Amino acid sequence: MKYFTRLRVRRVYKWRGAPLSFNRKLKTCEYGSLDISVEGLPRITVIKTGEHILIEGDDEDNPYVAKVIRLFGDENGKQKKAVVQWFVRVSEVPLSKLKLLGREPHPQEIFYYQGRSCDDEVDAESILRTVEVKHLDGAAPFPDSDDRGTLYVKLSWDSKTFKAVESEPAPASSCSPPPCPKPSLPPSPPCSPPAAAPASRGPARRALPTPDLAVMRRAATGEVRYCRATMSAGNAATAEAESMHSVTKRSASKCLSAKRRGISARTPGIRKKLELSSPEKKSMISEDLMSQLLDEELKSEVMLAQRLSLSPPQAVPLKHSLTPLRKNHRAPTAQGSFPLKPSAVVLNKMSLSEMNGSPSSARLDSTRATTPSQKWEPKTLKEPALGMLAEADNETSPMLPVIATPRSSKRKSAQLVSSRIRKQLNLLENQQDLNSDGEEEDEFVLSKKELQSSSDDDDEEEEAGLDSDEEVVVKKGRNAAAATSKQRTRSLTRTPRKTPKKKITPGTPRTPCRATPSIPSRSRPARLPANVLEEARTRLHVSSVPESLPCREQEFQDIYSFVESKIVDGTGGCMYISGVPGTGKTATVHEVMRCLQHAADVDEIPPFHFIEINGMKMTDPHQAYVQVLQKLTGQKSTADHAAALLEKRFSNPAPRKETTVLLVDELDLLWTRKQNVMYNLFDWPTRRHARLVVLTIANTMDLPERIMINRVASRLGLTRMSFQPYSFKQLQQIIMSRLNKVKAFEEDALQLVSRKVAALSGDARRCLDICRRATEICEHSSADSHSTGLVGMSHVMEALNEMFSSAYITAIKCASVQEQLFLRAVIAEFRRLGLEEATFQQVFVQHQALCRVEGLQPASVSEGLAVCQRLGACRLLLLEPSRLGVLQRVRLNVSQDDVLYALKAD
Amino acid sequence: MSKRKSKDAHLPVGECITQLQEILRKRLCHQQLPDRPEGVEAQHKHLLELLKRTAVHGESNSVLIVGPRGAGKTMLLKCVLRDLLEETEAQTNLLQVHLNGLLQTNDRIALQEITRQLHLENVVGDKVFGSFAENLAFLLEALKKGDRSSSRPVLFVLDEFDLFAHHKNQTLLYNLLDVSQSAQAPIAVVGTTCRLDVLELLEKRVKSRFSHRQIHLLNNPTFTQYLERVQTQLSLSDDFPDNKFSRDWNASIETLCEDKSVAEVLQRHFNSSKDFRSMHMLLMLCLSRVSAAKPAIRPADLLEASKMCFADAKANMLHGLSILELCLIIAMKHLNDVYEGEPFNLQMVHNEFKKFLQRKSNSMYNFEQPVIMKAFEHLQQLEMIRPVDSSVVKTQREYRLMRLMLDHSQVMEALQKYPQCPTDVKQWAMSAFG
Repeated sequence: MKYFTRLRVRRVYKWRGAPLSFNRKLKTCEYGSLDISVEGLPRITVIKTGEHILIEGDDEDNPYVAKVIRLFGDENGKQKKAVVQWFVRVSEVPLSKLKLLGREPHPQEIFYYQGRSCDDEVDAESILRTVEVKHLDGAAPFPDSDDRGTLYVKLSWDSKTFKAVESEPAPASSCSPPPCPKPSLPPSPPCSPPAAAPASRGPARRALPTPDLAVMRRAATGEVRYCRATMSAGNAATAEAESMHSVTKRSASKCLSAKRRGISARTPGIRKKLELSSPEKKSMISEDLMSQLLDEELKSEVMLAQRLSLSPPQAVPLKHSLTPLRKNHRAPTAQGSFPLKPSAVVLNKMSLSEMNGSPSSARLDSTRATTPSQKWEPKTLKEPALGMLAEADNETSPMLPVIATPRSSKRKSAQLVSSRIRKQLNLLENQQDLNSDGEEEDEFVLSKKELQSSSDDDDEEEEAGLDSDEEVVVKKGRNAAAATSKQRTRSLTRTPRKTPKKKITPGTPRTPCRATPSIPSRSRPARLPANVLEEARTRLHVSSVPESLPCREQEFQDIYSFVESKIVDGTGGCMYISGVPGTGKTATVHEVMRCLQHAADVDEIPPFHFIEINGMKMTDPHQAYVQVLQKLTGQKSTADHAAALLEKRFSNPAPRKETTVLLVDELDLLWTRKQNVMYNLFDWPTRRHARLVVLTIANTMDLPERIMINRVASRLGLTRMSFQPYSFKQLQQIIMSRLNKVKAFEEDALQLVSRKVAALSGDARRCLDICRRATEICEHSSADSHSTGLVGMSHVMEALNEMFSSAYITAIKCASVQEQLFLRAVIAEFRRLGLEEATFQQVFVQHQALCRVEGLQPASVSEGLAVCQRLGACRLLLLEPSRLGVLQRVRLNVSQDDVLYALKAD
Repeated sequence: MSKRKSKDAHLPVGECITQLQEILRKRLCHQQLPDRPEGVEAQHKHLLELLKRTAVHGESNSVLIVGPRGAGKTMLLKCVLRDLLEETEAQTNLLQVHLNGLLQTNDRIALQEITRQLHLENVVGDKVFGSFAENLAFLLEALKKGDRSSSRPVLFVLDEFDLFAHHKNQTLLYNLLDVSQSAQAPIAVVGTTCRLDVLELLEKRVKSRFSHRQIHLLNNPTFTQYLERVQTQLSLSDDFPDNKFSRDWNASIETLCEDKSVAEVLQRHFNSSKDFRSMHMLLMLCLSRVSAAKPAIRPADLLEASKMCFADAKANMLHGLSILELCLIIAMKHLNDVYEGEPFNLQMVHNEFKKFLQRKSNSMYNFEQPVIMKAFEHLQQLEMIRPVDSSVVKTQREYRLMRLMLDHSQVMEALQKYPQCPTDVKQWAMSAFG
């Protein structure tokens, strides 16, 4: 029997060749390359270290991009791991941070990831295929090629800022053919473990004028990984062992804590120490230096000089950001050094020539591209020679990876050349090495085509959208047109494009989400408080953010430790927070988030993503999906589509996802009949790969029991917290802390307010409002007669009366004679009937009798009805709809005693 | 009509009357705000201070103006706004949004109206009026962007505030009040309503965000104040072109107010309602009777106008019925007496009517069944009677249960005044035994 399923195709992963080395302590084997074959298809894709790959992520259309640094597995070959250097797609950068870019990102742009929150060790079986990545110069435009598979790197991203990546020529960005050691490098000893080393963590060698060759070599071959800063060149061997140990330990602990699979914990507690001991920045510097030294060793001082001269404005601080490229390019060189592999021989040859050519060809390219623009005038003397060399190389090796270096290809011709060379290269590769990457698309025929096409479509869509947006910016700049013209420009830009964009429909423009609505700013500045009372009033306004939240320390601590532990562990969870309005639930959670954000900023905890939705601030429960998605990724979509996307995002494994903290305020409004919104919100955190923490806030303590069906309530779990209404002491403390030594209230007055509010509701908002009103009353009274200027008991009493006294009795007292008579008639009729309800007709009879008693002219029915309606409008009476006329039923909305009291008083 | 050549210019009487009516109508129809609010000075000051703080200091506030219909809520608010806008600082800053619960019947419409009045739609072209959800998110984002010191304060006036509380989830109110309680764009929310229990309508979260400031407008004038008000409303000011005419007119108004019968009429109005609006209605009726031939309001005019005001609408309608229809009404009244207000149907009414005819033994009112049916249906159209349960249409028309929508007193009153009512019918109506 055959099943027709739409599941993704099974891939088979196998190590290629024998292990390069074996770590006895950790029982891991290092490998040079990995074969991926699709079940039922003969072809095989080879993943080698140094290549850029796509890794299965939560978004099938946009898999993660990374670069293989190291491949290893355990003894019996059951577990396959890869150490990677991540790249971030535009869509993965938080929308708010994307603004830092200062321009519209290219849809195919990726950023070199320098953050440390992502585990750089992934399951090798999540690798999809290789991908082409090109490094571009910061100023260079994105090439307008039709190749949707190619990605471009310009900047690095460390989860806080973008930094420029220096235009690093070819080897860093070499895509398909695996690079090999440079010719000038002596072959590394075969016994050395070829751990792909992004860098050695050696001491800062900026001061070293000439490189120590031995160290250099070792660094180049990737022996030294995660060396301590204290390591010296002399005892490299011991350091090597140590570092290997720590690396694997680190990975092991990560595995345990984050994924809970595979290797048992050896030293789980080491994580933090390691993080502390290996500051990324330091390593970056050393990497940078290392590569510089290497370059020197490779007799490419020219290149260095050029690079320095090329980027005069981006001086020393930008050095860090320049490193990743070199890191990338170092790793392949190191990896390429393992010899004696039959399959690698061809590659070796290939990349030998490539290594010759790549740096120079890039230069060639760049010189070609830039000479007309006269941009790179300050060139070193040696440069032309190198260019010549490069040209020579170019002639000898036609398969240069020029593809990866269109960084400065401002001209079409340069691009053309590069694409031509690429084609040639691909052709050659196909002939020479079937396993090479150029062919990879053909290999995964069934599954990949689908994937590819869909992702291509997506890319196109994105690109189209962004392109047009870019154009809009241009247009804006030119004629200062408002956003209204966007629509038009978009339609204009779309016409010349050849690629079919089926997903873009004119009906879904991005304008509303891109526009930044705001209330116009005031022409005159707001006046600042002038006296003590005004100052106090400003401080007492609910909106003013206090420095701390008094009386909620315990709750703060609980929520903080809950969220923090989830963030640190990279797990997910739910928490339910309840409490009556005005008890500081939302404020406390916000405070927690502020603190955590601060902690993340100073790198005490891994960075996380905080988003907030409010049930009251959406029109429909299903809008929750839309809002969450929009805040996560900036995408706009319909509720159903958003739900599907989020589902995918939270259920697929994504090794370098940041923890998301989601605050759902006013949870009860997300209730639907089938409760699927709530169900999803609580189900996602339980997924293994979600890394989602959901904090929910609602008013009622028993909400889970009352409105949730079992499966929802069960997922919510039992992590609950309830905010008790404030006691009078707490309220007093809150006011005191808000006033913060501004002496505006008498002690007794404060106590009265807090006692009164605590007795009624314990709502801090109410308390603050009363105090504010009291300051106003005080201000008025002090204007009349001289007083202490402090808010006293009498002022507070007046404010309390204003806010809490009911107006019914006054309203009855102020009513006209007929209205009062009617109320009396209603009570008389109620007494007669013994019911609390009567028809107008019945009451009217009583009313007329009362009129005669009072010596008034009896009212007509119309007049009586008018009186009745007036009382009904004030809600002293409750009436049926007036079209019932005399038949409408009448009820009192006040107690009879109140009515009688009010009528008796005058 | 710029006849202000000299103070003592004598205009023709017709001219004067026209001008007089123009001035007084303007006054009575609320087209002019009083120079200063009467009787509500404290409330005026409170509200003015509050709004000033929003406009000048950027402090967010919310307040409700509560009072019965005709108490002057909108007048107070308009006065405050007028006084507020006299200050240039407030004038240049304040943005106003006026909403009415009777116009903006749901949040979607209200949001569109807010966006329109804030001129935010220019920002994004017509796209802002996309979906409701988009619109809400858009507006909230706009308000969130601002902060206390930099953005212009927005004044939201919500007329018929209680109707907004009936919107789904009270989304609009929650969001407005939430903005007013958080550090976003400074806004002042002013609601006017006549419902005293308006706070009970608010959902607890919404209620907590409301500042609980209520300004109660319960005007309680005494009768002398009421009389004075009548006089001032009718008096002409000094800048009337024809001095002599205005002197005469003012003198006549003074004598009118001193008249006993006039005082009685006004007392009755005062007893019925202290609302100045009903008084203005009465004075309007008087004013329209003033003509060149009769250049003053006489007590008789006031009496007649009062009669018109107190006229019973249903009883007036009875005057226009045919004898047959009147007979049916009387039959229904008897049925009501006999069965103590139980509902009846056409057949019962017809039987009752037949009994009357048999007693009288004259065939003057002997009508066919279809004719009676038609008359019955006419009564239903006039809403003299209404079906007990309108949804049940299954029963035959003759047997549908009906109720009489008239009081006995109305029927009797109508019979007294009915032109040429046959005595036997009158007697039948008066008789206790149907």
